[in-house]
Amino acid sequence: MKEVTMLEIRNLHAKVDGKEILKGIDLDIRAGEVHAIMGPNGSGKSTLSYVLAGREGYEITEGTIRFKGRDLTEMSVDERAVAGVFLAFQYPLEIPGVTTMTFLKTALNAQRKARGEEELDAVRFLKLVREKAKPLNVTDDMLKRPLNVGYSGGEKKRAEVLQMSLLEPSLCVLDETDSGLDIDALKTVAEGVNALRSPERAMIVITHYQRLLDYIVPDVVHVLSKGRIVRTGGKELALELEKSGYAGYGADAA
Amino acid sequence: MAAVRETVETVGEVEKYKYGFTTDIESEKAPRGLNEDTVRFISAKKNEPAWLLEWRLAAFRRWLTMTEPTWAKVSYPPIDFQDAYYYAAPKQKAKLDSLDQVDPKLLETYEKLGIPLTEQKMLAGVAVDAVFDSVSVVTTFKEKLAEVGVIFCPMSEAVQKHPELVKKYLGSVVPTSDNFYATLNSAVFSEGSFVYIPEGVRCPMELSTYFRINEKQTGQFERTLIIADKGSYVSYLEGCTAPQRDENQLHAAVVELVALDDAEIKYSTVQNWYPGDEDGKGGVYNFVTKRGDCRGTNSKISWTQVETGSAITWKYPSCILRGDNSRGEFYSIAISNGRQQVDSGTKMIHLGRNTTSRIISKGISAGRSSNTYRGLVSVHRKAENVRNFTQCDSLLIGSKCSAHTVPYIETKNPSAILEHEATTSKISDDQLFYCMQRGIGEEEAVALIVNGFCRDVLQQLPMEFAVEAQKLVGISLEGSVG
Repeated sequence: MKEVTMLEIRNLHAKVDGKEILKGIDLDIRAGEVHAIMGPNGSGKSTLSYVLAGREGYEITEGTIRFKGRDLTEMSVDERAVAGVFLAFQYPLEIPGVTTMTFLKTALNAQRKARGEEELDAVRFLKLVREKAKPLNVTDDMLKRPLNVGYSGGEKKRAEVLQMSLLEPSLCVLDETDSGLDIDALKTVAEGVNALRSPERAMIVITHYQRLLDYIVPDVVHVLSKGRIVRTGGKELALELEKSGYAGYGADAA
Repeated sequence: MAAVRETVETVGEVEKYKYGFTTDIESEKAPRGLNEDTVRFISAKKNEPAWLLEWRLAAFRRWLTMTEPTWAKVSYPPIDFQDAYYYAAPKQKAKLDSLDQVDPKLLETYEKLGIPLTEQKMLAGVAVDAVFDSVSVVTTFKEKLAEVGVIFCPMSEAVQKHPELVKKYLGSVVPTSDNFYATLNSAVFSEGSFVYIPEGVRCPMELSTYFRINEKQTGQFERTLIIADKGSYVSYLEGCTAPQRDENQLHAAVVELVALDDAEIKYSTVQNWYPGDEDGKGGVYNFVTKRGDCRGTNSKISWTQVETGSAITWKYPSCILRGDNSRGEFYSIAISNGRQQVDSGTKMIHLGRNTTSRIISKGISAGRSSNTYRGLVSVHRKAENVRNFTQCDSLLIGSKCSAHTVPYIETKNPSAILEHEATTSKISDDQLFYCMQRGIGEEEAVALIVNGFCRDVLQQLPMEFAVEAQKLVGISLEGSVG
């Protein structure tokens, strides 16, 4: 499987509100790999994640994105999700009145239906959710509460990883998953993510700090600065950045 | 929830308004127009006693002196009350003793509407009275209800068989002089349901009336009267649909509820009259007066409504909290799309001591619609220790619709504690993006978020109907995004 390129980004330029944020990104990610994307604030990390997910307002002006051989830019947000792109949000949204359980079931069955698979009935679904929720410490009580409403920072991120685990995407994009987490919460979330690493699955871990990469160890580290990938290396690159900061990358010390 | 998913499946299958068909059936109508002869015609058709004819005529004469109310935030061209039929009945054999005698076309109509009237096919534990234009077609489970003394029958039958009850309670909650449309209804009402629950009886099944307007240019003026005697309980549900027609149809109903000591009435409505097309052509004018009287001590009346249809809705189900310690509740979901106009809310009139009320209103506006909550909480001078809690939430979808909240609070007793909370929100692009990133399609995402927004009210509906209501929420909002 390693030989298959899952995501192929070529000369990607993207604008937000008329301002060019991504200025020519090239990136190849193969199944089974975990890539970390690091960089100072404003370097375009979150923009890259939204462009991959297809968010409205993030306009591609040049370049291509191919995902499993398909042109990703031609697909709507939900089509990309069904095809296997999952974005773990930095700030997960609250959906008042919709229990986490209902949300999970709606999402899973929407994806299964779109893929022409049989939808899960309540009993099978419940069994599956409980099985996936347990290692992440997501309690029945949490599942019964409206999604993300009144959740702590740690609960929100655990719920994101639960969704990821349930939907079994082939490409996971984790946007600043470490933000707002204390060390214990970080460990739980990282364990959940690590459990999902597999030869069929690729991950992009976006982070400002090296800390997360102690727990989710990447195969490749990229440094993003001013909309371009300026350096690529192994996991040791993250440690180097931890010492020297982003000062050498044309950004304000962060 | 699964229901949300079904919503979208249903949306995929159905046309915009799936109840828009007409039934081709011969009918007998009163001559077009409205005068004393029309009133006499209706009364004669129903073989009514003299006192009721007089009651109708008095109302009609009163109505002639009244003018249409204009304070609601709705606009429509003047209604020509002479250009309509006030009575239409499907022609069929004289008297129906069993379902076998009902015209199969009618049974088919209700089948199509999802209301099977044959008892073996019915939802277990729900008795139905089916009203087609101006007459009741059939009432199911009558015998079973009679065993415990519950009377559930068409109003015209109640007038014949239980005149003393009708005479005692008819117009005792909504007097014939109440308002323009209620007065008109008093003059020309043609059908409706009558319910009497005897002392101490807990009605063994849900009672339900299903109203259908079929005839062209015909108004429907039903009159429903529910009496819960001391210590009794009943849960009642009404549903409504109408064919898709270019002209506007008038629906001016009156519903009166009376709860005596320790009695409880739970009244739920799923209103899905034809709302007109996207440009606002056609649709039902729903001008309805609904009021409950908590006449006895410790009585309770609870209104739950899901309003998705009608071109114009003008409706304020209210509670008169007369008995000490009585309680009134109003739970509402009002959805407007296209060019629909909704002006709806409630009145809680606190007259007795220690009376409490609770109002939860969820308004959802989409398209170019206008959605107004209008509510009154009033506390009488002698009403000690009154409590009210009101929550009005509005949700906007798109940028061409509007939501308004007009609460009136009047208190003449300083011991009252009244709370009012109101919020207005929009479905955010962020929320939609988040749902869609999980693989949920846009319309399903909207239905999911809206169902979440309405959850507090949906939970108040009887189980059998909650699922249907959830589906309706999705269907009503079809085409509201993008």
